[in-house]
Amino acid sequence: MRVIDVSEITEAVAKLCIDANYDLPSDVYQALKDAYEREKSPVGKAVLSMILENAELAKQRVAPICQDCGLAVVFLEIGQDVHFTGGSLKEAIYEGVRKGYKEGYLRKSTCHPFTRANVGDNTPPVIHYDIVPGDKVRIVVAPKGGGSENMSMVTMLKPADGLEGVIETVVNRVKEAGGNPCPPIIVGVGVGGTFERSAFLAKKALLRPVGKPNPDVELAKVEREILERINKLGIGPMGWGGTVTALAVHFEMEPVHIASLPCAININCHVARHKEIII
Amino acid sequence: MGDVIKLTTPLSDEDIMKLKAGDNVLISGVIYTGRDAAHKRMIQALERGEELPFDVKGQIIYYVGPSPARPGRPVGAAGPTTSYRMNPYAPKLIALGLKGMIGKGKMSQEVKEHCQKYKAVYFGAVGGCGALLSQRIKKAEVIAYEDLGPEAVRRLEVEDFPVIVVYDAHGGDLEEMGIKEYRIEG
Repeated sequence: MRVIDVSEITEAVAKLCIDANYDLPSDVYQALKDAYEREKSPVGKAVLSMILENAELAKQRVAPICQDCGLAVVFLEIGQDVHFTGGSLKEAIYEGVRKGYKEGYLRKSTCHPFTRANVGDNTPPVIHYDIVPGDKVRIVVAPKGGGSENMSMVTMLKPADGLEGVIETVVNRVKEAGGNPCPPIIVGVGVGGTFERSAFLAKKALLRPVGKPNPDVELAKVEREILERINKLGIGPMGWGGTVTALAVHFEMEPVHIASLPCAININCHVARHKEIII
Repeated sequence: MGDVIKLTTPLSDEDIMKLKAGDNVLISGVIYTGRDAAHKRMIQALERGEELPFDVKGQIIYYVGPSPARPGRPVGAAGPTTSYRMNPYAPKLIALGLKGMIGKGKMSQEVKEHCQKYKAVYFGAVGGCGALLSQRIKKAEVIAYEDLGPEAVRRLEVEDFPVIVVYDAHGGDLEEMGIKEYRIEG
């Protein structure tokens, strides 16, 4: 058994919140650079060049990449041989979010659903816990912006709709979203389990390195097909017309109930932030 | 991309009428910020017959909720938020003389028609470029609804703030034009 004091978790989460908001992951940066080369529209090219310049400025700590520093989504994989001491693990994560958003000059974006009063410290984060073999803890912080999250959806299709129905739903959703989610986007698709499991799979799909295909060759083929259809829509960077609307489509699948075909689409803007640490 | 047009606020009808969808514009002068919560309060103020926190005539509202300023800087990251959420409020302000909105994404048909009827323009700024755009903001001051935090109304002084004309006052629509040009059937 390994003992970890929860204060270590607080420090790690705080640092991840800050780093994620200032340093665009290198795979995302590279994908945007490739998109710049590929984009045919001059307006789209100008947008992509600005996005790349912005990433450099944020890295120099001029300001966060985006003013929407996101709702903090935290993924925890906890080794089953780990024992936490020093207080509540959940509270330690909350404290890490409070600390990171304060010390990093990050925007606090959580509010009451109806009065819209700002909570003030960007809590509560959304936490996904997973228990895995071993004695390590892996923490991923993925701040999620509201603009692209608003364009996401979960729908319960009929088994008869099949794969074609899923593809159709995804492409239509991206078409309706247009420039709202800040394209070029990354599209996470989750089909599996129940209503909430598909949403989780779609979210998890966004954490994959950009463009890394699903190990299942059939699903990888589906990812390529959806991506191709999305990029034919002509939406382009910021929705002002162009050939690069999405950088990648990541599809995650699991068995479902015999009566159901849940389909979740989680859209990420081009500021696809995520940082991780293994303790 | 065409030439870059430089504009200084406040904007006149003449400034607006020469703009066409797709024009690149650099804005200098004073602009005001407002998002969902501030717009709601402004419209409620109008319904009660009260004055707005600033006179919207000839002005531009930037749909933004900046991140906190680091020491020595006027403002933190300050890129546009998605504009459709302001659809219920924008037409009323345009009718009162507002000349421009800066945001991202589509707005409603009603907003488009108001741009034509009252000579106003919807500008797009590049989303997710908060660090870069913050450098074009020279001064920022909260002038109303401070309790809203990032959503408070701010008076910004900007220099060469880069935007593109999305809806012009002649019915032009950059999104429609762009998608038509790059869409591949089948």
